[in-house]
Amino acid sequence: MRWIWIDRILELERGRKAVAVKNISLAEEVLHDHFPARKVGDRTFPALPLMPNALIIEGMAQTAGILVGHALDFSEKVILAKIGKAVFHAAAPPGFTLRFSAMIERIDAQGASTSGFVDRLDWACPDAPPVRVAEIELLFSHVDRNLSGLAFPEHNFVFTDQFMNLLRQSGIDVPAGF
Amino acid sequence: MTMTQDDVFAKVRDVLKDALGVDDEEVVPEAKLTEDLGAESIDFLDIAFRLEKAFNIKIDQGEMLPDNVLTDSRFVSDGRVTDEGMAELRRRMPHANLDEFEESGRKVEDFSSVFTVDAVVKFVKTKLAAM
Repeated sequence: MRWIWIDRILELERGRKAVAVKNISLAEEVLHDHFPARKVGDRTFPALPLMPNALIIEGMAQTAGILVGHALDFSEKVILAKIGKAVFHAAAPPGFTLRFSAMIERIDAQGASTSGFVDRLDWACPDAPPVRVAEIELLFSHVDRNLSGLAFPEHNFVFTDQFMNLLRQSGIDVPAGF
Repeated sequence: MTMTQDDVFAKVRDVLKDALGVDDEEVVPEAKLTEDLGAESIDFLDIAFRLEKAFNIKIDQGEMLPDNVLTDSRFVSDGRVTDEGMAELRRRMPHANLDEFEESGRKVEDFSSVFTVDAVVKFVKTKLAAM
Protein backbone atom coordinates (compact mmCIF):
# COMPACT_ATOMS: atom_id res chain seq x y z
CA MET A 1 0.00 0.00 0.00
CA ARG A 2 1.23 3.47 -0.83
CA TRP A 3 0.11 5.83 1.89
CA ILE A 4 1.13 8.98 0.16
CA TRP A 5 -1.45 11.64 -0.50
CA ILE A 6 0.49 14.23 -2.43
CA ASP A 7 1.83 13.75 -5.96
CA ARG A 8 4.40 16.49 -6.41
CA ILE A 9 6.05 19.26 -4.45
CA LEU A 10 5.97 22.57 -6.29
CA GLU A 11 7.75 24.77 -3.76
CA LEU A 12 9.92 24.07 -0.75
CA GLU A 13 11.35 27.10 0.99
CA ARG A 14 13.46 26.00 3.94
CA GLY A 15 11.82 26.62 7.29
CA ARG A 16 9.07 28.72 5.80
CA LYS A 17 6.75 27.34 3.17
CA ALA A 18 5.86 24.27 1.09
CA VAL A 19 3.37 23.86 -1.73
CA ALA A 20 2.31 20.45 -3.05
CA VAL A 21 -0.37 19.13 -5.36
CA LYS A 22 -2.57 16.06 -5.41
CA ASN A 23 -4.53 14.96 -8.45
CA ILE A 24 -7.74 13.28 -7.34
CA SER A 25 -8.42 10.17 -9.40
CA LEU A 26 -11.33 7.79 -9.76
CA ALA A 27 -8.73 5.02 -9.85
CA GLU A 28 -8.33 5.45 -6.07
CA GLU A 29 -10.27 2.76 -4.26
CA VAL A 30 -11.18 4.92 -1.34
CA LEU A 31 -13.34 7.20 -3.43
CA HIS A 32 -15.64 4.33 -4.29
CA ASP A 33 -16.47 3.81 -0.65
CA HIS A 34 -16.88 7.50 -0.04
CA PHE A 35 -19.69 7.52 -1.03
CA PRO A 36 -21.19 4.51 -2.85
CA ALA A 37 -24.66 4.46 -4.39
CA ARG A 38 -27.32 3.66 -1.82
CA LYS A 39 -31.00 3.06 -1.61
CA VAL A 40 -33.12 4.66 1.06
CA GLY A 41 -36.71 3.46 0.95
CA ASP A 42 -37.87 3.91 -2.63
CA ARG A 43 -35.20 6.41 -3.48
CA THR A 44 -31.86 5.58 -5.01
CA PHE A 45 -28.96 7.93 -4.49
CA PRO A 46 -26.17 7.65 -7.08
CA ALA A 47 -22.54 7.23 -6.06
CA LEU A 48 -20.85 10.44 -4.97
CA PRO A 49 -17.09 9.85 -5.04
CA LEU A 50 -15.20 12.46 -3.01
CA MET A 51 -11.78 12.57 -1.43
CA PRO A 52 -12.45 12.16 2.32
CA ASN A 53 -11.68 15.18 4.44
CA ALA A 54 -9.54 12.99 6.73
CA LEU A 55 -7.26 12.25 3.75
CA ILE A 56 -7.15 15.93 2.84
CA ILE A 57 -5.80 16.49 6.35
CA GLU A 58 -3.30 13.69 5.73
CA GLY A 59 -2.20 15.41 2.50
CA MET A 60 -1.62 18.60 4.45
CA ALA A 61 0.20 16.64 7.17
CA GLN A 62 2.52 15.18 4.53
CA THR A 63 3.14 18.57 2.89
CA ALA A 64 3.73 20.30 6.23
CA GLY A 65 5.64 17.31 7.62
CA ILE A 66 8.11 17.45 4.73
CA LEU A 67 8.46 21.19 5.31
CA VAL A 68 9.22 20.65 9.02
CA GLY A 69 11.55 17.71 8.32
CA HIS A 70 13.41 19.60 5.59
CA ALA A 71 14.01 22.55 7.95
CA LEU A 72 16.26 20.27 10.04
CA ASP A 73 17.67 18.18 7.18
CA PHE A 74 15.35 15.29 8.08
CA SER A 75 17.34 14.64 11.26
CA GLU A 76 14.18 14.46 13.39
CA LYS A 77 11.30 12.00 13.36
CA VAL A 78 8.45 14.36 12.66
CA ILE A 79 5.12 13.00 13.88
CA LEU A 80 1.71 14.61 13.51
CA ALA A 81 0.72 15.22 17.13
CA LYS A 82 -2.39 17.35 16.92
CA ILE A 83 -4.86 18.82 14.47
CA GLY A 84 -5.36 22.29 15.89
CA LYS A 85 -7.93 23.32 13.31
CA ALA A 86 -9.51 21.82 10.20
CA VAL A 87 -12.29 23.79 8.58
CA PHE A 88 -13.76 22.63 5.27
CA HIS A 89 -15.54 24.84 2.76
CA ALA A 90 -15.85 22.79 -0.43
CA ALA A 91 -15.78 19.17 -1.64
CA ALA A 92 -12.90 17.46 -3.46
CA PRO A 93 -14.25 15.34 -6.37
CA PRO A 94 -12.16 13.31 -8.86
CA GLY A 95 -10.78 15.14 -11.86
CA PHE A 96 -9.75 18.15 -9.81
CA THR A 97 -6.35 19.01 -8.36
CA LEU A 98 -5.81 19.92 -4.73
CA ARG A 99 -3.05 22.37 -3.94
CA PHE A 100 -1.70 22.25 -0.38
CA SER A 101 0.08 25.35 0.94
CA ALA A 102 1.77 24.93 4.32
CA MET A 103 3.63 27.53 6.39
CA ILE A 104 5.71 27.06 9.54
CA GLU A 105 4.42 29.20 12.38
CA ARG A 106 6.95 28.04 14.97
CA ILE A 107 9.68 25.45 15.10
CA ASP A 108 12.10 24.43 17.84
CA ALA A 109 13.85 21.32 19.16
CA GLN A 110 10.60 19.83 20.46
CA GLY A 111 8.40 20.28 17.43
CA ALA A 112 6.65 22.69 15.12
CA SER A 113 3.30 24.27 14.44
CA THR A 114 2.08 24.92 10.92
CA SER A 115 -0.81 26.69 9.28
CA GLY A 116 -2.06 26.18 5.78
CA PHE A 117 -4.84 26.01 3.26
CA VAL A 118 -6.02 23.70 0.52
CA ASP A 119 -7.29 25.01 -2.81
CA ARG A 120 -9.11 23.15 -5.58
CA LEU A 121 -8.05 23.74 -9.18
CA ASP A 122 -10.47 23.01 -12.00
CA TRP A 123 -8.73 22.16 -15.29
CA ALA A 124 -12.01 22.66 -17.18
CA CYS A 125 -11.71 26.34 -16.22
CA PRO A 126 -7.96 26.92 -15.96
CA ASP A 127 -8.36 30.68 -15.74
CA ALA A 128 -10.90 30.56 -12.93
CA PRO A 129 -9.64 31.41 -9.46
CA PRO A 130 -9.03 28.37 -7.23
CA VAL A 131 -11.74 27.38 -4.76
CA ARG A 132 -10.70 27.27 -1.10
CA VAL A 133 -11.38 23.76 0.16
CA ALA A 134 -9.93 23.86 3.68
CA GLU A 135 -7.87 25.66 6.29
CA ILE A 136 -5.75 23.38 8.46
CA GLU A 137 -3.46 24.02 11.43
CA LEU A 138 -1.22 21.21 12.66
CA LEU A 139 1.20 20.52 15.48
CA PHE A 140 4.17 18.22 14.91
CA SER A 141 6.29 16.56 17.56
CA HIS A 142 9.94 15.61 17.20
CA VAL A 143 9.17 12.29 18.73
CA ASP A 144 12.58 11.37 20.16
CA ARG A 145 12.54 14.55 22.23
CA ASN A 146 9.03 14.35 23.63
CA LEU A 147 8.54 10.76 24.69
CA SER A 148 11.47 10.24 27.00
CA GLY A 149 11.79 6.69 28.21
CA LEU A 150 10.39 5.21 25.00
CA ALA A 151 12.90 3.86 22.57
CA PHE A 152 12.41 4.41 18.86
CA PRO A 153 14.39 2.89 16.02
CA GLU A 154 17.56 4.73 15.07
CA HIS A 155 16.61 5.05 11.44
CA ASN A 156 14.15 7.74 10.43
CA PHE A 157 10.99 5.69 9.90
CA VAL A 158 8.97 8.80 9.09
CA PHE A 159 10.82 9.95 6.01
CA THR A 160 10.78 6.74 4.05
CA ASP A 161 11.96 6.06 0.53
CA GLN A 162 8.51 7.03 -0.69
CA PHE A 163 8.92 10.57 0.61
CA MET A 164 12.52 10.87 -0.52
CA ASN A 165 11.57 9.72 -4.01
CA LEU A 166 8.78 12.27 -4.04
CA LEU A 167 11.36 14.96 -3.25
CA ARG A 168 13.70 13.71 -5.97
CA GLN A 169 10.88 13.50 -8.50
CA SER A 170 9.97 17.08 -7.60
CA GLY A 171 13.52 18.22 -8.31
CA ILE A 172 14.48 18.77 -4.68
CA ASP A 173 17.85 17.72 -3.29
CA VAL A 174 17.77 14.92 -0.73
CA PRO A 175 20.39 14.87 2.05
CA ALA A 176 23.09 12.23 1.83
CA GLY A 177 22.16 9.05 3.65
CA PHE A 178 18.57 8.93 2.43
CA MET B 1 1.91 49.55 27.49
CA THR B 2 1.57 47.35 30.56
CA MET B 3 -1.06 44.67 30.38
CA THR B 4 -3.42 44.37 33.32
CA GLN B 5 -4.15 41.07 35.04
CA ASP B 6 -7.51 41.02 33.22
CA ASP B 7 -5.86 41.59 29.84
CA VAL B 8 -3.42 38.74 30.40
CA PHE B 9 -6.14 36.44 31.70
CA ALA B 10 -8.39 37.17 28.69
CA LYS B 11 -5.61 36.33 26.23
CA VAL B 12 -4.59 33.20 28.15
CA ARG B 13 -8.23 32.12 28.17
CA ASP B 14 -8.38 32.51 24.37
CA VAL B 15 -5.17 30.49 23.97
CA LEU B 16 -6.50 27.68 26.17
CA LYS B 17 -9.87 27.70 24.40
CA ASP B 18 -8.16 27.29 21.03
CA ALA B 19 -5.57 24.76 22.19
CA LEU B 20 -7.85 22.57 24.26
CA GLY B 21 -11.26 23.11 22.68
CA VAL B 22 -12.84 24.18 25.98
CA ASP B 23 -15.51 26.79 26.67
CA ASP B 24 -15.14 30.24 28.21
CA GLU B 25 -16.73 29.29 31.50
CA GLU B 26 -14.40 26.31 32.00
CA VAL B 27 -11.30 28.49 31.96
CA VAL B 28 -11.27 29.74 35.55
CA PRO B 29 -8.08 30.58 37.48
CA GLU B 30 -8.18 27.45 39.66
CA ALA B 31 -8.87 25.02 36.78
CA LYS B 32 -6.15 22.40 36.37
CA LEU B 33 -5.01 22.06 32.77
CA THR B 34 -4.84 18.28 32.76
CA GLU B 35 -7.57 17.19 35.18
CA ASP B 36 -10.15 19.90 34.48
CA LEU B 37 -9.42 21.01 30.91
CA GLY B 38 -8.25 17.68 29.49
CA ALA B 39 -4.75 18.74 28.42
CA GLU B 40 -2.36 15.98 27.36
CA SER B 41 1.41 16.24 27.24
CA ILE B 42 1.57 17.41 23.62
CA ASP B 43 -0.92 20.18 24.44
CA PHE B 44 1.73 21.90 26.57
CA LEU B 45 3.90 22.36 23.49
CA ASP B 46 0.87 23.68 21.61
CA ILE B 47 0.02 26.05 24.47
CA ALA B 48 3.63 27.30 24.65
CA PHE B 49 3.66 28.03 20.89
CA ARG B 50 0.30 29.81 21.09
CA LEU B 51 1.36 31.89 24.12
CA GLU B 52 4.50 32.97 22.27
CA LYS B 53 2.39 34.21 19.37
CA ALA B 54 -0.33 35.82 21.49
CA PHE B 55 2.08 37.74 23.75
CA ASN B 56 5.08 38.04 21.44
CA ILE B 57 7.34 36.28 23.94
CA LYS B 58 9.87 33.47 23.68
CA ILE B 59 9.39 30.38 25.81
CA ASP B 60 12.32 27.99 26.02
CA GLN B 61 11.90 24.24 26.29
CA GLY B 62 11.06 23.23 29.86
CA GLU B 63 10.66 26.82 31.01
CA MET B 64 6.93 26.69 31.63
CA LEU B 65 6.80 23.05 32.71
CA PRO B 66 10.28 21.83 33.73
CA ASP B 67 9.41 18.16 33.36
CA ASN B 68 13.09 17.27 32.88
CA VAL B 69 13.41 17.70 36.66
CA LEU B 70 11.10 14.71 37.01
CA THR B 71 13.28 12.48 34.87
CA ASP B 72 16.45 13.43 36.72
CA SER B 73 17.54 10.78 39.22
CA ARG B 74 19.00 13.49 41.48
CA PHE B 75 15.53 14.86 42.05
CA VAL B 76 13.29 11.81 42.10
CA SER B 77 13.34 8.71 44.29
CA ASP B 78 10.77 5.89 44.25
CA GLY B 79 8.43 7.92 42.08
CA ARG B 80 8.45 10.87 44.47
CA VAL B 81 10.21 14.22 44.22
CA THR B 82 13.02 14.57 46.76
CA ASP B 83 13.76 17.65 48.91
CA GLU B 84 16.37 18.70 46.36
CA GLY B 85 13.83 18.17 43.61
CA MET B 86 11.25 20.34 45.38
CA ALA B 87 13.84 23.08 45.79
CA GLU B 88 14.65 22.85 42.08
CA LEU B 89 10.97 22.97 41.11
CA ARG B 90 10.36 25.99 43.34
CA ARG B 91 13.33 27.74 41.79
CA ARG B 92 12.21 26.97 38.24
CA MET B 93 8.47 27.44 38.73
CA PRO B 94 7.88 30.59 40.77
CA HIS B 95 4.62 30.94 38.81
CA ALA B 96 3.11 27.74 40.22
CA ASN B 97 1.69 26.92 43.64
CA LEU B 98 3.53 23.76 44.64
CA ASP B 99 2.22 23.54 48.22
CA GLU B 100 -0.62 21.12 47.48
CA PHE B 101 1.69 18.91 45.40
CA GLU B 102 4.24 18.82 48.21
CA GLU B 103 1.68 18.12 50.92
CA SER B 104 -0.08 15.39 48.93
CA GLY B 105 3.05 13.23 48.71
CA ARG B 106 5.10 14.70 45.81
CA LYS B 107 4.19 11.87 43.46
CA VAL B 108 5.61 12.39 39.97
CA GLU B 109 2.35 11.17 38.46
CA ASP B 110 0.50 14.01 40.24
CA PHE B 111 2.86 16.73 39.07
CA SER B 112 0.79 17.95 36.14
CA SER B 113 -1.93 19.01 38.60
CA VAL B 114 0.20 21.97 39.69
CA PHE B 115 -0.43 23.54 36.34
CA THR B 116 -3.51 25.69 36.74
CA VAL B 117 -4.85 28.50 34.57
CA ASP B 118 -3.61 30.89 37.27
CA ALA B 119 -0.10 29.44 36.97
CA VAL B 120 -0.14 30.10 33.22
CA VAL B 121 -1.27 33.70 33.80
CA LYS B 122 1.49 34.24 36.40
CA PHE B 123 4.05 32.65 34.08
CA VAL B 124 3.09 35.01 31.25
CA LYS B 125 3.15 38.03 33.56
CA THR B 126 6.65 37.08 34.72
CA LYS B 127 7.79 36.78 31.10
CA LEU B 128 6.24 40.13 30.17
CA ALA B 129 7.80 41.85 33.18
CA ALA B 130 11.23 40.57 32.16
CA MET B 131 10.99 42.09 28.68
